[in-house]
Order: sequence, then structure tokens, then C-alpha cells
Amino acid sequence: MLTESAPHYRQPLLKTPFHERAREWSQLDSFVPWSGYSTVDVFTSVEQEYFAIRNASSLYDLTPMVKYRICGTDALRFLNRLVTRDLSKLGPGKVAYVVWCDDAGQLIDDGTVFCIGAQEYRLCTGERQLDWLRASAIGFAVEIQEITEDIAALAVQGPTSCALLLRAGLTGIERLRPFEHGEFTLTRAGREPMSLMVSRTGFTGDLGYELWLRPADAEPVWDVLLEEGSPRAVRPVGSRALNMARIEAGFLLPNVDFISAAHTLYVGTERSPLELGLGWLVDFGKGHFTGRRALLAEQERGPRRQLVGLDVDGNKPAHNALLYSDRSARREVGSVSSATWSPTCKRNLALAMVEAAYVSVGSTVWAEIYLNRELTWQRRVVRARVVERPFFAPARRRSTPPALY
Amino acid sequence: MSAAAAYDCVVVGGGHNGLVCATYLARAGRSVLVLEAAPSLGGAAITREFAPGFRVSACAHLLHLMPPALMRELQLERHGLAWAAREVGTLALDPSGSPLHLAQGTLTELSSGAPAPDSAAFQEWRALLRRFTAALHPVLNQTPPRLGTGAWRDRGALLSLALRIRRLGRTDLRELLRIGGICIHDVLEERFASPLLKGALALDAVLGTNYGPRSPGTVLSLLYRSAAGAGAERLALPRGGMGSLTQALAEAARAAGVRLRTDATVERILVHEDRVQAVTLAGGETVRARAVISSADPKTTLLQLLGSEHLDAGFTRRVAQLRTRGLAGKLHLALDGLPVFRGVPASCLRDRLLLAPSADYIERAYNHTKYREYSAAPMMEVTVPSVADPSLAPSGQHVLSAIVQYLPYEVAGGWEEQRPRLLQTLLSTLAAYAPDLPQRVRAAELLAPPDIEREFRIGGGHWHHAELALDQFFLVRPVPGATQYRAPVAGLYLCGAGCHPGGGVMGLAGRNAAREVLREAA
Amino acid sequence: MSSTGRSRYDAIVIGAGHNGLVNACYLARAGLQVLVLERNTFVGGAAVSRKLYDGFTYSNCSYVCSLLRTEIIRALELPRFGLQIIPYEGGCTLMRNGEHLAIYDNHDALRREIARHSRHDAEAYERYVRDMLRHCRFIKPLLMREPPDPTSFRPRDIRELLFLARHFHGLGEARMYDTLRFYTMSCADMLEEYFESEIVKAHLAGSSIIGTALGPRSPGSAYVLLHHYMGSIDGAVGAWGFARGGMGAITQALASSLQASGGEIRTGAPVEEVRVQSGRATGVVLESGEEITARVVVSNLDVKRTFLKTVAAAHLPPEFLDRVRKFKIRGSSGKLNIALDGLPQFPAIPQGSPATRGDMHITDTLEMVERAYDDWKEGRWSSAPYVDMLIPTQIDPTMTPDGKHYMSVFVQYCPYQLADGDWTAAKREAFGATVIDAIARHSPDFKELILHAEIRTPREIEAEVGLTEGNIFQGELTFDQLLFNRPLPGYAQYRAPVRGMYMCGSSTHPGGGVMGAPGANAAAAILRDLGRT
Repeated sequence: MLTESAPHYRQPLLKTPFHERAREWSQLDSFVPWSGYSTVDVFTSVEQEYFAIRNASSLYDLTPMVKYRICGTDALRFLNRLVTRDLSKLGPGKVAYVVWCDDAGQLIDDGTVFCIGAQEYRLCTGERQLDWLRASAIGFAVEIQEITEDIAALAVQGPTSCALLLRAGLTGIERLRPFEHGEFTLTRAGREPMSLMVSRTGFTGDLGYELWLRPADAEPVWDVLLEEGSPRAVRPVGSRALNMARIEAGFLLPNVDFISAAHTLYVGTERSPLELGLGWLVDFGKGHFTGRRALLAEQERGPRRQLVGLDVDGNKPAHNALLYSDRSARREVGSVSSATWSPTCKRNLALAMVEAAYVSVGSTVWAEIYLNRELTWQRRVVRARVVERPFFAPARRRSTPPALY
Repeated sequence: MSAAAAYDCVVVGGGHNGLVCATYLARAGRSVLVLEAAPSLGGAAITREFAPGFRVSACAHLLHLMPPALMRELQLERHGLAWAAREVGTLALDPSGSPLHLAQGTLTELSSGAPAPDSAAFQEWRALLRRFTAALHPVLNQTPPRLGTGAWRDRGALLSLALRIRRLGRTDLRELLRIGGICIHDVLEERFASPLLKGALALDAVLGTNYGPRSPGTVLSLLYRSAAGAGAERLALPRGGMGSLTQALAEAARAAGVRLRTDATVERILVHEDRVQAVTLAGGETVRARAVISSADPKTTLLQLLGSEHLDAGFTRRVAQLRTRGLAGKLHLALDGLPVFRGVPASCLRDRLLLAPSADYIERAYNHTKYREYSAAPMMEVTVPSVADPSLAPSGQHVLSAIVQYLPYEVAGGWEEQRPRLLQTLLSTLAAYAPDLPQRVRAAELLAPPDIEREFRIGGGHWHHAELALDQFFLVRPVPGATQYRAPVAGLYLCGAGCHPGGGVMGLAGRNAAREVLREAA
Repeated sequence: MSSTGRSRYDAIVIGAGHNGLVNACYLARAGLQVLVLERNTFVGGAAVSRKLYDGFTYSNCSYVCSLLRTEIIRALELPRFGLQIIPYEGGCTLMRNGEHLAIYDNHDALRREIARHSRHDAEAYERYVRDMLRHCRFIKPLLMREPPDPTSFRPRDIRELLFLARHFHGLGEARMYDTLRFYTMSCADMLEEYFESEIVKAHLAGSSIIGTALGPRSPGSAYVLLHHYMGSIDGAVGAWGFARGGMGAITQALASSLQASGGEIRTGAPVEEVRVQSGRATGVVLESGEEITARVVVSNLDVKRTFLKTVAAAHLPPEFLDRVRKFKIRGSSGKLNIALDGLPQFPAIPQGSPATRGDMHITDTLEMVERAYDDWKEGRWSSAPYVDMLIPTQIDPTMTPDGKHYMSVFVQYCPYQLADGDWTAAKREAFGATVIDAIARHSPDFKELILHAEIRTPREIEAEVGLTEGNIFQGELTFDQLLFNRPLPGYAQYRAPVRGMYMCGSSTHPGGGVMGAPGANAAAAILRDLGRT
């Protein structure tokens, strides 16, 4: 059930099942493309939306996340050969954050795997992967089906998200632990009960849930959540507010913090999970997976560079800043891929790729920042310290049951 | 796991490459076991009965690519190899009955014995081929260098190849650069007038390939064929058919201490911690080994015996995309007497007979395979081995063995339906040259590529295991990531025709692979 | 065209095609006195806009633009002299079953369009584009460079060979293998490594055979496809477009640029012979008998025409001449230029789709393209030809009267020599009718709209433009005739085996397609030899 008013050559971007609602809430009419869909960049104000995430509850339309149904007798073997993590202990009702690599051990994409049943999994990714999944399926009894358009998805994130969902009638949601999912039913007078899959996952590093539902239920679910949440400042949020939250949480964004090895044109621009600080996701002991031999060799060599979190002096976000070893900016040692001022931490945060000598916490590098002072541009070289990630990790994101605000 | 005897090396497949490889390994002191699925050794180089009393080399039917040096090293004659004919000539047949005779460096009209009009050009061409192949021949004996490693061995190999080619001298080098990548048709047009001669020369360039004479790269496939014999087209018939060659190879292997087992089908190659550990046989037996060397085709070895779970996905895709479908079929006829080929004295029937009256004829025959058809006028390389080797047929009777091109692996209508029709087509094609042949046929057998696949356990039924094409050649053969005879899993090696330098009963893939295995610490 | 009528120049360029003009422009800008001699009464060679029917301008030879190097456009200030290039808005292949595959500029529209035929292919297309772009990146630095001679030990050649080796090595192991395979593969095999849908493969395969005596199953055809991909418009790699005012706009701009820097052009001045004295080119003799001397003679003609028709054999090494004769330059293409009374309908294309505002094709399977090639091999024009048809007047309003349209129909395959005897006017008409019928099957009103059709077989192309056998690339783009083998091994450095004489046509590296690079590279070689760099 997709709203498709015009053919693709007139209107290339699809509309999500939440599109009409999003248009009603959008004050700025600021839509941007995401994976072939038109989604909201900003509804009202980035700051207000950001604080909905950190202070109350936020709704974020993540329907464009590409979803695959993976089933068959070899589904687990297939997935374990695809991703770097060991999924053999991922039972039904569990979710895992995973990454996968090409033969050279370079990152293709990240995503989440949902174990639905013994021989059925769901893979959610930012970009389409059918080509790679098909190549990976050679020799495995597995069926792969893209179901993106069959499932609407809505993230409900923020400290009051559990309370909100309870109030909406998702009884038992408080018992859902991080990286678990379950089936829930939403009932409303005069409507067929609506079944939802809810996972305690998210891209904010905060308490939060993701709702997976039939497209036909999208608008009613949206309405219920906004209605129940209105006394508690729930609001729909766009991608820009989410981006601030995900940087605070230290999450990586494809095409921003790394380019998929499936897209790189230049030699040497791919990144491995070890370089991206995702070594904890790589399980060399589980048996073979694509890229294992290359990653093993890289681990023996030691990565040449690594992604780190930076706390940058001053309050001007260090967007795209080049990093140097010294204040006089003579030797380049890396560059910033994501940057934001964090209203919650009151710190000027950045994610950056730096040379191996500068990766340990406490190291100092120097960031070259350009300031626009009423169209008078000024160059500053400011100190940036390597700090622990995530920058922001509230206890509430893990506590079960969560505190009910 | 029933821990049966452990070997240093287990060789999967007892074809000629497997046997050659095993022998060299055993001679270097390794304990070696060869496992052959069929009841007898030999792979695609076997002699078998196809009609009561009639025996034939069931796949390859002439020996010409195996280097004499290799045969000497293996002492094949001491191990029982004898020859029915050593210098088999070539007759290019013409439906009108005036064949050309091609021998070492001479081209004559068969009827008169006089030099044919293209004779001088023919000698010049042969001389050029000899110069090129002298430079290229060592490449066949060598492990292709791997690109991008920075290893001195690889760099040295590339450099020495470059120098060897450079030593051809400016004129020849320029000619090699010019024709190395082009099609045989163009070269023949430049040099020769006789369509019959052009047909014969084109046949050698395309035999066993998936191309027609107008396909670029067919000069290279001719050079490759010539390089194996270091420029000399020496065709030979082992006494008792090709099976006696592999019997001699098996004897050589036994003498070197190799253990040979038949009726032993390898089902899986077992891996532990990214290293080959053992193979399991149909029936459940497990044989442990430090190294497994497979002479099976690369797709079978990597995707079925090993399994993609041990391989990277991109590599698996490359292997799956390897083009492995053969276009050559085999015709065997039991004849109650020697047929009369127009213009060919009976004594000349020990020669190889080519039914390819022109390069265009071959090209047209090739055209059909692009559309899952076969031509009504196919190309054939015919031998009547019983002329030189009466042991193959009952007294006074004969066998005819022909390679038939081009037969698509998948034919419209299916081979079950098409096989009898094609047989009629082939008989009437032969009848145009030997009118009495059809009534002499007592029994016939026709193997299309799927039949070859089944009988010889070659996925796709291609006698080179993987198409011999520029993009599956030398540095990139069989696929990047499995060159240098090594599979990505430690301890697993490839030694079959799918590897450099390819098939055609040459044995070099087996010898080169053995050298690579021996490079690893025992 | 202007001429000072002097009889001595620094350089004479034979042929005012785009490469000849590019070459002359660079020489003139370096301060040389340059004269370009053109046999026709107009400049442009195969990049011309011609008024052959009442009020209609035809790009009657080359018809679209992409490969013309941006470096050249900038260095010769062609926009200042009127050149404007406008990209296509779409493209399509019309299918025999009434369906179609459209190509759209928008990434998501294109993905959804391909997904109509195969969801897998829609995604595999991204890998395909990535790989093509990687190959483009590899080849780009080689285009504007003189190839090394691998048979030479001169320091410059060794240096350039090392550059090539390092450039290749810089790809890393996996891409080195990809490159090796790509350059030797057939287009069909290459496409089958990506796609499952016939229509997608058929659409893309077109670029692998244009101007080429190969079929999509012939090894080496993958490179031909890349050759048509490596151009760009304003940084959009692989994009194609129209020159406003027709392809002649390119050569007109070049001519203006040349004249602005003091170069001269004489049209209607066919060259009879290059004068050679004691192994050195000293000038040319025109058919009129007039002699003009120059320090340097540059030929924009193809290598066969240059050395078999304009230089006396006595001045050339026999081995060289032998290879020139064997140079592969087969005619395989025809062309129709059609004046239309209105825009024809293509019912397969939905209303509002920009799919007709670019290249349109009608071969919907690889088999159909391959069979078209089989016809050529047998000395027949294809009974179901591959056509690359465009109606540039949907975008460029300057070429026809209001409401009227011009259609350019490039046809593959059409042999230079027919198996059943020479070309005649009747056969040419029959060839044209074959093409028109094939198009009319997809457009019910097409035939009624035809006001005039110019039908060109390789014979006409040869006769008018001078391209041997009507080969549009001045020699096939197969790997045996690329880089240091183009045109001939040992003679790939723009220098003829006669001192003071040079080649600058598409017969030389990096080949044809209205790229201009051969002209520019030849100029660099000349200026280096003259000590002007």
C-alpha cells in the first residue's frame, strides 16, 4: 500500500506510508531523498526535535531502511558467512548489530539482524544489498526477498518512549531488553487490532524502540502515538536532529563516516571494520566469513588509521576539518567525518579518521576550522583531544524495565 | 571422524594431470594417495569399448600437447607407453576430392604430391609460429606470476617473460603485438589464398575453444596449441588409445610410490581453522591429508567439494561466473570396413582428417551455438585410429573417432531429442567426403557436452575445464584469487585443466601444481 | 575560408576534421604558422552540420558528443567560439513486445525503471556503473599521453612504460585482475557477470558494437563499450549530449579558434601528395598542382589513406607499408538522416517520459544484436539492424523549422563490400528501407512524417569524409589496435616513418569518437620535436 501518485519518471522518490502525516506536521516542507524515499530533514526546528529525542519522545520514520527476509535451512550459515559477528547464539526474539565486508575485509555496510525463527531472519540496512546478498548466497540453501515496501517502520526514541508505548497499550513493552524484539498488539475502538513488531533498538544511543508494522497501519499508529504523547512533548523528528543524537552516541553513518566498499572508485578509500573501531564486531574464532583472511592479515599488521571520537576546543563544529599533528598545521594526520555541537554534553564533538599514532584516548591533534564571521572567513587551528566513545551513554538506554517518566 | 591413514598429499581425480602431479609429489618424498571416482584411472584420457569389440579413445583422441620432456621425465615408455603412430599428418579434406596434406613444414596436394600454391606462405607462417612459440613455450612450464604481490618471485617471472618476448627482436615483436590479440581469420586472409588451407589452419585455432575463426584471441589459442609442442605440430597415437597413456602414467605413479584408489568418490574437502584437513568419500570414509590437490574442475572443487562457506563471497561469485561450458562433442563409429574418402588413398587414413573446407564454414558452424543450435554443416576432426592400431577393432573392421564442433551445452529441444538428429547430420556430413561411410556403420555413439560432463565428471563438459579465452588465461586462470594453483584455503591446491596452462592432455598443470605444493614446508 | 596565399608554413595539416583542427589550434597557439588544407568545400570532416534539405540542419556523420576532452575545450576556448553541449534527458530501448526499457537521468527513477524488468539488475546496475567508472579512472590519465613504444629502449619510452606499469600496479591486486579481464572480454560475457535481464543487457551492449566489426560476443567488445563511456559532460562521466546547432558546431568553433590564433584554412584544396626529399617531408602538392612547403606535415587522414594514397611508397619502409595494408579499418556502419514533418509517436513510451529525448534503440536481446553482426560477416546489411536513433530537435531548436524534427539514425551493421556485388543506388535504397521499416514497427506514424531521408552506406561515408571503408573510428578499436599498438606497433607516437611528418587522426591513440585527443597529443609530439615545449 504505497502512495504512488505519479509514475517513477515524473516522481522518482517513493513516499513512505507516513508521508501524508509527515506533511501535515512539517512546517518547513523540508524533504530529502533517502534510499529512494522522500523523508523529512527538519519538521520545525532542529533544536526542538533534538531535545524531543533527549528529553521526551521522538517519532522518526525509518521506513526507507532496506529490509530483507532471509529464510531457508542455511539461513544462519549464510548470515554467519556474510557478517563478521558470530550469530550462532542469536535466538528468536534477539537482534544484533552487524557489519559485513568484501573479500578485502573492507566495510560494505552495517545493519541489524533480527532472528524471527529457527530458519528465518530479517536484515535491515541503510542501502540496497541484493547484489551482494545474492553473491553471498551462492552455495547456500537460502531465500532472500526484499520486503522494504511491505513494512513501515517508525522509531520511538527518548527517555519517555517506554511510558508512551505503555500508555498507547503495548503492554509488556517494559520487559523488552536492549536488542530484543517482540510482537505486540495495538487496539483501538472501531479498528481491527494492529499487530506490531517492536525492537528495543535505535540510532540515538538513548532509551528507544523501533516499530515495524503493516503499511496500512502506519497512519493509525502515528496518530495514536502523537495523541497519547501530546501531554509529554512527543514530536516527529527529522534526519538532522537524529544526526546530532547519533554522533553523541558515536554511531557511524554510511557515506559520511565511511564509503561502502561497494561504491568506492578511488583506490584506498575503503575502510575496514578495524579502522572504524568496529573490531569488537569481528569474530575471528567463529569460522570463515567474507573478508576474514584479509582482516586477519590487517590485524597482524595493525590498522594504519582508526576512527576516533574528538572533543574539539571552541564551539564551532569541525565539519570536514583536516587534522594536523601540530598547531602550525604542517603535517596532516587525518580528517573529520562527522561533527556537531552537543547540547546535552556541552561539548564540541567530532568523529575523525586519524593515523595510528594518534588513536589512543588523550592524544591531541589540531583541527583546521573555517569560521564565517558575517561573510568574513577566518581560519583557526584548534586543539582536539581524542576521547572515549560514545560521548553520551545514559544508563536509561540499558535499564530494564526503564524508569517510567 | 574415523581417523584413517594420513597422507602428506591426497590428489582428487586420477586423470592425467592428477597422475602427473601425484608422481612428482611422490618422487619428492611425499606420501601420496590418488582418489578416482571412476572404476578405472585416466579421466578424459581413456580407451573404452563403445560397441562389442570396438574400442576408442573416448574423449581426447590424439596426443600432441604433452611435452616430450615431461614424458621422458616420467619414463612413460618404460612404464608401457607404446606408439601406434608418431608423426600423424593432417589432411584437409575437400568435398570435391582434392585434399591438402599438411606435414612438418610442408604443404602438398595429396593427389600429386606437388607443393600446393600456398606452400611458401605456409612455411613462412610455420617458421613465424616456431619463433613465437619458442619464446612462449617456457610460460607453459611456469607458475603464472601473481600481480600486486611485490614478491621477487612474481616480479622476476614477469620480468623474465617480458625479456623473453623482447628478445624476439623488433620485427617479430611488432608482429606478435599486432596479431597476438586478433582473430585467426584475419591472419589467414593476409597470408593465404586457399580456402581449404585456411579452414584447416583455423580449425586448429578454434578446436576446443568457444570461439569461431573471427573471434579475437584465436591467434593466441593457436599459439598456445603450438607452444606446447614448441612449434612442432607433432600428433601421435598411443598404441591402445589414450587410455594406454594414462595407464603408463599410473604405472609411473605406482613406481614412485603413489597409492592409487579407484571407485573412490571424494564428496567433501574438510577444513579446520582455515586449513585443509581431510577428504571424505562417498560411503563416509575420511582420509586425512596435509594437502589436498584437486584435478577436478575449479567450480566442482571450490563450490562443491570445498563449499562456498569457506570462501569469500566475491571470490565465490568469480568462480560461479567462470565460463565452463564446452562446445565440442565426440562421435564414435564402429565400421565394418575402411570407408573410401574421396581422393584419399587408404594408406593415408592414418592421418588426421579435417572436415572444415573453409574458415567461413567454421564460422558459420560456430554462429549457431550462440543461439543454442548446432549447424547442419558441422566442423569435424576425424581419426580412424584402427588403421594404425588394429587392436582397437575386430580384424578388418575399423573405428572412427571424431571431435565435432560446435555443439552447444544447452540445445533447443534438448539433447535427448537432438542427439539422433545430429547423428544423422554428422553421417551425411561425412558421406559428402566418404559416400560409402554411412552403410559401413555398425554402431555409433555421440557424446554432446552434457554427456562428456557426465561421463568424465567435468562440470560443463569442457575439455579445458574452463573456456580457453583471453580473460581466463595465464595470469587470470582459472580465476583471480585461485591462481598459482592455490585455493584460498591453506593446503588446498588445484592441478587440473582449469589451471594454467589448460587442458588437452598436456600434463603441465599437474607438474606445475606439484612444484607449488612442494614449495610449502612438508 | 581565408588564406594569406603564402607558400611556406611552419606546419601543414591535411584534413580539417576535428582532430586536424585541434592539432592546428595547438600548433598555432604555440606560435607556428599553420595551414589546414581541406578537400571538401566545408570544414569539419565527420563532425559537420549540413543543410541538405530545406531549412533542416543534419549532423549527417557523427551525431552526438561526449568524448571531446574537456582539457581541449578549455585550452582552445571553444565555448568562446560558440560551442555549447547539452546533455541527453533520457534514452530507451523499444521492445518487440510493446514494452520498453527507459534510461533516466535521475538515479531513483532509473533504479525503479530497471527494477520493472529485474529488481536484481536494478542493483547490479550500480556495481556495473561503479566498475565502468573505475575503468574510466584508470584510462583517463592515458588518453592525453603519447603511448610508449615497448619495442624501444629510449629513456622516454622506458620512463613512459614504467609510468604505465606503476599506474597499473597502483590499482592493487584485485582491480589489476579486473582490468586485465575487462580489456580482453566480450561485452556479452561482461554484461552477463552483472545482469539477468535480456533487455538490460541488450540496451547496454549497443555501445560495444557501434562503429565496430565485432559482435557483442566477440572478445574485446567490452572495451569498445568503455570507449563510449569514458567521456563526460561537466563532470558527469558517461553522459552524452548534443552540440547545439549540430556536430558542425564543434568544428566551427575549432575553426574560429584557429583563425583567432592566426591559423589559416583552405577548403576545396585536396592534397595530391606529400612531398618527401631525402627522407624528410617538405610540404605538399595539391591536386591543382600548387606546391606548398612546410617544416612539418601533419595528416588528419586515416593511416591507410595517409600512407597508401598520399605518400609515395618509395619513401616508406616496406615492413611499415605491409602493416599499414593490414591495419583493420572495416566499414560496418550506415547512417540515415531524416527530415520529419513532426515528432513521431512511440506508443511504447508513456506520455511525459523523457525516454525519447536521447538515444533510442530497437534491438531488445543480445541475440538480436549478435545476429545483426552475423549478417555483416556474410556481407549483408543486417536484416534486423541495431540502430542508435536520436531526435536532437526535441532539445535543440536551432536545427529545424518550428514543429519539424530531424532524426539521426546510426545503423549497425552495414558492410562496405556486399557479398552479392557492389553497392548500387537500388541496394542503398533497400538498405534504407530496411532501417525505416524496422523503426516504423515501433512508430505507426513514422513513415508518413518523412519529408526527406539521406541514406549513407560506408561507401558514401568514405566518399564524402574520406574515411577508408567508411570506418568511423579510422580503424577498429580492438585491443590489438589500442595504446602502443595504435595504429601500428612501433608507430604509435604520432610520428610517420618520414621525418617531419606526423599523424593526428583517430587512427592514432586514443582513437575515435570526436575526442580530439589524437590531435592534441600529436601537437604535443610536434612541438616537442621542434623544441617548442
